[in-house]
Amino acid sequence: VLFTFFQWLQNTSGSTALRESLYVYQIVESTHVLSLCLFVGLAVILDLRLIGFTIKATPVSEIADRILPWTVAGFVLMVVSGALLFYSEPTRFFLSYIFRLKLSLLVLAAVNVWVFHSTVYRSVAQWDLDIVPPRRARIAGALSLFLWAAIIVTGRLVAYRWTGFK
Amino acid sequence: MSLYSFCQWCQHTSIGIAIAGSKWQFPIIESVHLLALAWLGGMILAVDLRLAGFGSRRQPLSQFAKDIEPYFIAGLVVMLTTGILLFLSEAMKCYSNPPFWFKMAFLFLAITFTFTVRRRVAMAKTISPLLGKAVAAMSVFLWSGVGFGGRGIGFW
Repeated sequence: VLFTFFQWLQNTSGSTALRESLYVYQIVESTHVLSLCLFVGLAVILDLRLIGFTIKATPVSEIADRILPWTVAGFVLMVVSGALLFYSEPTRFFLSYIFRLKLSLLVLAAVNVWVFHSTVYRSVAQWDLDIVPPRRARIAGALSLFLWAAIIVTGRLVAYRWTGFK
Repeated sequence: MSLYSFCQWCQHTSIGIAIAGSKWQFPIIESVHLLALAWLGGMILAVDLRLAGFGSRRQPLSQFAKDIEPYFIAGLVVMLTTGILLFLSEAMKCYSNPPFWFKMAFLFLAITFTFTVRRRVAMAKTISPLLGKAVAAMSVFLWSGVGFGGRGIGFW
């Protein structure tokens, strides 16, 4: 059923226009790639602080407050451009195992963010100034680094069309 | 040796041949290049946003820039290493690829600017807000040029 829906989606005029356009597709894809800097790149800085690697003199909450609005902006760009890319060729992405892996990793990354914010970050006031934050915060930071790295790598590999390996 | 024959030589090095002949090596190196892009981009943006006056001023900018610098340099090293490997595998394609040369020009300017003007301004005890904004804008402009040029290589 899902596949039929994506087939229909791929045949809509918007999808065809995007797929066959000369420049729009390239602009959308470039936006998707370069938004990485804004979104993942800045998130890395918070992760590094959570693990206790750098900017140790600044409270965790201050770095979070300063960085999160920008990562949210980056995330919106990422999701919008990503959705457009998917819309341009839904059936191909639907059938791609690497794309499915990427989506699963995205779900895990979202769960990680949610768990972090609803548990250990609630009590941030108690460890805000710690040079090395509590173990659960460090785990969240490390997981975030690992998951986003894996998402970038799988995202890049989606674009290759290997024969016998979708 | 002309640029042309240099590129030819690069492509015929054993590393270049190995990467070009392998199904997996290029994609893997390229993925790492992209990982470093996110990393490096974040390190650049974080300091530029501070320079432009966003965020708190409780922690001195010079301390922040100093904390970030090793991570910036680590990202740059990974970026250059993987970039050189990618170049070796397709040097002749790059030779006749305008976005590649566009990227190299911006890369040269961006690195020079970062380690001279931007570093001095970011590490200074006090800077005027206008200077900070100008340096941040220049930095974002130059590094964006590198990024767009890089993306353009594949589209050309």
